[in-house]
Amino acid sequence: MADKFEFARQHKLFSLYTALVVLILAVAIFAPYLAPQDPMAGNMKNVLQTPSAEHLLGTDKLGRDTLSRIIAGTQVSLFMTICLVVLIAAVGSLVGIVSGYFGGKIETVLMRFADMMLAFPGVVLAIAIAGILGGSVVNTILALLTVSWAKYARLVRSLVIKLRHSDFVLAAQVNGTRTKDILRRHILPNVLPMVVITGAMDIGTMMMEIAGLSFLGFGAQPPTPEWGLMLNEGRQYIQTAPWLMMYPGTAIFIVVAVFNLWGDSLRDLLDPRHDNTNR
Amino acid sequence: MKRLGNRLLQMIVTLIGVSFLTFCLTYIAPGDPAAMVLEAGDHIVSEELLQKTREEMGLDKPFLVQYANWVGGLLHGDMGLSYSAKKPVAEKLSEGFVGTCFLAAVTIVFVVIISLPLGIWSAVRQNEWPDYLVRFCSFVGVSMPNFWLGLMLLYIFGLKLMLFPITSSSVTVKGVILPALTLAVYQSTKYVRQVRTVILDELHQDYVIGARARGLSERAILLKHILPNALLPLITLLGMSIGWLLGGVAVIEIVFSWPGIGNTAVHAIMMRDYPLVEGFVLWIAIVYMVINFLVDLSYAYLDPKLRKGEQADG
Repeated sequence: MADKFEFARQHKLFSLYTALVVLILAVAIFAPYLAPQDPMAGNMKNVLQTPSAEHLLGTDKLGRDTLSRIIAGTQVSLFMTICLVVLIAAVGSLVGIVSGYFGGKIETVLMRFADMMLAFPGVVLAIAIAGILGGSVVNTILALLTVSWAKYARLVRSLVIKLRHSDFVLAAQVNGTRTKDILRRHILPNVLPMVVITGAMDIGTMMMEIAGLSFLGFGAQPPTPEWGLMLNEGRQYIQTAPWLMMYPGTAIFIVVAVFNLWGDSLRDLLDPRHDNTNR
Repeated sequence: MKRLGNRLLQMIVTLIGVSFLTFCLTYIAPGDPAAMVLEAGDHIVSEELLQKTREEMGLDKPFLVQYANWVGGLLHGDMGLSYSAKKPVAEKLSEGFVGTCFLAAVTIVFVVIISLPLGIWSAVRQNEWPDYLVRFCSFVGVSMPNFWLGLMLLYIFGLKLMLFPITSSSVTVKGVILPALTLAVYQSTKYVRQVRTVILDELHQDYVIGARARGLSERAILLKHILPNALLPLITLLGMSIGWLLGGVAVIEIVFSWPGIGNTAVHAIMMRDYPLVEGFVLWIAIVYMVINFLVDLSYAYLDPKLRKGEQADG
């Protein structure tokens, strides 16, 4: 056992970003214990208070503590984002593997469908879907899933097509390995790294899109402490209570920035072919 | 020519698919359109009246017949009647489209003004402080939700400095600055990187070394030799942006109450004005695809290498 910290020493930046990601995750998980006050408890005597020692980031129109709501929002936003990214990656990979490995009519139909989704600005459709189905956490995820899986399907399919003709897959086929096992043991492990990288790099974008839908009122509904929704509510008080729109936005910005940095460094780590030093 | 035909076919398939999907959505969505039309018209809703309205609107027919009727109307240029505005959908959409086009045009101008000089600066001074500064700013811009950036600009320039109006009920030059700036900053973060990459690629080409050997000034090399070559790849990107700007800017239009098509659409969704929503989605799909198509054509035309038909499918 050489050195436990060897890895961290060699990949300083990646380790730093990972630590920050872990920190954010910890805030999300322990949100109920970290929030100084109950994020849902209103107090009509304390409406729209400016930031003070008691309420570090002020209070909103119902007298709820903004800091507590932002901390609680970490949980909501992160949970939604991670669910969404995992679902997109899973659906996209499934479609990609099926169409890449089996080919034929299935592939044509699925890929036409994917092309359709790619040939169209997804946000517009996502707004329409989430809006028409009615704003809720589930519908937001559903809407963004509908418009985002195609990128992954295309990516995975192109990887699988290359793998399908590689020697080890042909060998497995000659050996009479069941298709199910080939897919699980040979195909999946080889496409997974790229899917994980792409997923990690998409976390930030997806978080912003979720917040955007909530901001329009087509996402999480009151009184959920969701950052986009908080911005929507704070927007009406931009003149009297600017902290209501400053701090939730800052929270989104910080978390998105950390995940973007982490995603980029994860790609550099796992995919050495990608030269990111100068270009 | 074959590629052109395939492309057109793909566009038609996409249009049918997208319209079908939206139509399905409005069909399964909660709420009875007949009741909404009546309520919007201040009628007292009785069961008989509802039944009659449903028949008039063709809502009692099977789903596929309804869809076919709608598509039939579209082919005659009839997108239906907006429930909330009591106007034809096409009229309502074209009202908003003017505002959106103006916003998009100003944004594109801003994008070019911001990203071209910064991208070139960052490439020429590669791995020096200007490069690091530009890259840092572009990273910050990428991680910032654009509607939040819009709110902050609104707060600083609209409320504190009172330089610009907070809301724009009509299309004005003063009102367009802040929303366009918000969109431009967001778009520029992407462009700066692209410009930088493209210029860097060109800087290492033989013709640049040749020009240097002939004793041309760096400035002349940059402006006369590198820039024309670098513009080509950027045109595609710009074209994609136009499509995005015409369609995906609803959030910014809402932030600044800009009278554009996205604003119309969001209100239509809130009012459950389904014909308007369907018309909007379809309209965006058409505009987006036509623009991408034109960009592809212009790209192929501008690049002599592609004119010989070597372009990869994609």
